[in-house]
Amino acid sequence: MLAVESVSKRFGGLMAVDNASLVLEPGGIIGLIGPNGAGKTTLFSMISGFVAPSDGRILFEGTDITGEEPHRRAERGIGRTFQIVQPFAGLTVCENIAVGAYLRHAKRADAIGKARDVARRVGLAAELDRPAGGLTVAGRKRLELARALATEPKLLLLDEVLAGLNPSEIRDIIPVIRGIRDEGVTILMIEHVMQAVMNLCERVYVLAQGRMIAEGKPAAVCADPRVIEAYLGHGAAARLAAEGAAHG
Amino acid sequence: MYSPQIILEAALNGLMTGAVYALIALGLTLIYGVLHIINFAHGALLTCAMFAVWVAWAWLGLDPYLVIVPLVPLMFVLGYGLQRFVIGPASHGDDGNILLVTLGLSIVLENVLLAVFQSDTRTLDTDYSFQVVALGPLLLSYPRVIGLGVAVVVTGLLWLVLNRTDTGKAIRAVAKEKLGANLVGIDVPHVYAVTFGLGCACLAVAAALLMPTFYVNPRIGGAFVLVAFTVVVLGGMGSLPGALLGGLFIGVVESLCGLLLGDSLGQIGIFLIFIAVLLVRPTGLFGAKA
Amino acid sequence: MTARDLIPIVVLAVLAALLPLVVTSSPVMNFLVFTLIVALGAQGWNILGGFGGQFSFGHAAFFGTGAYVTAILQLRYGVNAWAGLLVAMAAGAAVAWTIGFLSFRSGLRGSYFALVTLAFAEVFRILANAASFTGGAAGLLIKLDVHPANLQFADRAVFYWLVLAFVTGVLLLTRWIQRSRFGAQLVAVRENEDAAKALGVDSLKVKLRAIALSGAVTALSGCLYAQYFLYIDAHIAYGSWISVELLLAPIIGGVGTVFGPVVGALTLHGLGELAKQFAGRIPGIDLIVFGSVLVLAVAFARGGILGLLERLRDRGRGMMTRGAKEVSHAGR
Ligand SMILES: Nc1ncnc2c1ncn2[C@@H]1O[C@H](COP(=O)(O)OP(=O)(O)O)[C@@H](O)[C@H]1O
Ligand SMILES: [Mg+2]
Repeated sequence: MLAVESVSKRFGGLMAVDNASLVLEPGGIIGLIGPNGAGKTTLFSMISGFVAPSDGRILFEGTDITGEEPHRRAERGIGRTFQIVQPFAGLTVCENIAVGAYLRHAKRADAIGKARDVARRVGLAAELDRPAGGLTVAGRKRLELARALATEPKLLLLDEVLAGLNPSEIRDIIPVIRGIRDEGVTILMIEHVMQAVMNLCERVYVLAQGRMIAEGKPAAVCADPRVIEAYLGHGAAARLAAEGAAHG
Repeated sequence: MYSPQIILEAALNGLMTGAVYALIALGLTLIYGVLHIINFAHGALLTCAMFAVWVAWAWLGLDPYLVIVPLVPLMFVLGYGLQRFVIGPASHGDDGNILLVTLGLSIVLENVLLAVFQSDTRTLDTDYSFQVVALGPLLLSYPRVIGLGVAVVVTGLLWLVLNRTDTGKAIRAVAKEKLGANLVGIDVPHVYAVTFGLGCACLAVAAALLMPTFYVNPRIGGAFVLVAFTVVVLGGMGSLPGALLGGLFIGVVESLCGLLLGDSLGQIGIFLIFIAVLLVRPTGLFGAKA
Repeated sequence: MTARDLIPIVVLAVLAALLPLVVTSSPVMNFLVFTLIVALGAQGWNILGGFGGQFSFGHAAFFGTGAYVTAILQLRYGVNAWAGLLVAMAAGAAVAWTIGFLSFRSGLRGSYFALVTLAFAEVFRILANAASFTGGAAGLLIKLDVHPANLQFADRAVFYWLVLAFVTGVLLLTRWIQRSRFGAQLVAVRENEDAAKALGVDSLKVKLRAIALSGAVTALSGCLYAQYFLYIDAHIAYGSWISVELLLAPIIGGVGTVFGPVVGALTLHGLGELAKQFAGRIPGIDLIVFGSVLVLAVAFARGGILGLLERLRDRGRGMMTRGAKEVSHAGR
């Protein structure tokens, strides 16, 4: 459904994303992990059309969308959330979600109805008439999710929707994400909360310093020496292995 | 069509008018560079300064150039007070609000001047108003030569203040990183107000340089404010050398357009440059920063 | 739109329409007509500035275009005034769309957009002042020929009803925008353009539609100005005074609301008249009041007069519900 082919992004002298590739089949939850500054958000921005790649191309359902505007990609069915939440602060929660719903529902009544449905699903039903600017961190994350969901995407890009939530809030939202998957939406999620990644993702990609360094089942990837080094620094894998041997 | 001498003279005259534009723009760009606001009241504040020069001359008999000495600190205090007690608190830190508050201020200032001085146009004349300096075959207006010299000196002084004094360092720190500056204990509202004051002090100098050859009425600021915006945009928002170069350039363009298109259409060149620069390269011709 | 959306507009329009039956003094009628013309142009500004968040400092470009197109079509080509009105609106929309296309495509927003619109208006002013086609500095005088076909009426009240009808029409249009997909997308672009794009909003298209509508409505007000006063010149039509008026009214009244521009225009001009009554000898006194009100509104009444009223009402309600709770607590 999505194919990212050898995509690079250069910011001045910095290679934020360096020749990264990725392929998603329809259905399922795929993770994208990597240390801070690895280029994950930049990769999302290229998939959703906010950042133009310096090199490479992006295909969605077989069509080359590399040069398309973000709103065209949303129409095609690519939804995204923002790591730094971007609520329409002056509007109510319901109006926020309705903006997303208007993409597929031209009539106000339909869009509002859709917004209410979505709000119920992500647990925002009680906040519908509150100004979005007044929501808690957890509320804002849910709102990001709800708005993207209201566009009825085929592919949903979630950028750290769990970051900043406490364990019980995370526990509440994980079933919501599963539910979205069960309806047939393909999900690509950037996540730091490893437990959630293990729990939710069938497959993960690992990005480090702009390069795609590993891909596979979460458990296998986490044991991969290259991945451990990327997170913990050079030589860490060897040290860990040595420690493991000593303790074992 | 025109002899090279006429064109050269027009260009040089433009250069000298441009020096005053540069001074006006210097204040505007300084304020933009540090506070990141567009000060719509800049033109009206210039009008205030010009009336101050005229009053000092007409009522006290002071030479316009001498008025610089008391007027620079006065305008500094006025600017400091306006930013500290009106613009800052009223705009709640929102860009759109600042635009509106300074617009409101400019309307008030302009019409208070109108109420006090009526709409008459006033001039002052000095012994040197019409003196000329001979430069080879060219005759240059003496007050304008002075204007060019002073504008360059003031730009240099401002640069020194910003780069060699503690206040200057604080200003630059705030311009770069407001939050960081706040954290290391810099009083940001004070620095903002000082910057605004410095911007207004530039206007005091500009007013004194303008008056010997120009005129003043309550609406005159409007004519300058758009020119000053053009200079600032052209030179790169926040860039001092950009303002100087941009000012000189605009002065020449205006003078040549005036020569070629006539007075009523002369100013159109400025606005078209302004629009073109905004549309094509909003960072300015001389500015590198985004 | 529901009946609840329409009733306030209809009621106010009917009440306002009854006014000429009570008031017959011609200075008062003049005041009302002029204020409504400003209100109409301000409604145009509000579509782009209030709902779209794009503050224009150069709506004179559209106002003036409406005025000049009306006058020139009648004077030079003998076109019927009503047809001229439609052409004027189309011309306003076209000018607005072009300015919008150039600026929005270059990504100008905030202060930069304000400055570029201001510069465009100045270019129009200088051109209109210099070209002989527009009457140059002498301006244009529309021939006095009282006849409904010429949009000239013997009775001022008729012109008042006409302007009122247009103002009411735009109130309805604004209410429709507020309740439509277009309006929701426009407001979303104002609040956060990137987030809107991610939700499938074509922000360039939405902003262009808004500026074209805005330009058409403001051109209509310019056209009515020319028809009422029968004289325009470059300073009247394209001067910065009108850009400022059209922006002040919505900001004072309530930016991005349906009634804000009308409330603002009436308040401002009411205050201006009062100031003139008390200190009529002082030139510019009304503008001193305008400027001060603007600064005060930004400082203390964000959301303008309507925002202030709403907060008062909410506070009143808050007190009532708190009161009710206390009562119920006491009852337990
Ligand atoms: N617009 C930008 N301009 C310049 N550098 C950027 C920009 N966006 C991101 N970067 C840089 O690119 C790198 C990758 O950033 P990002 O994609 O946000 O990483 P991640 O999401 O994996 O933490 C970082 O070094 C960041 O500073
Ligand atoms: Mg990130």
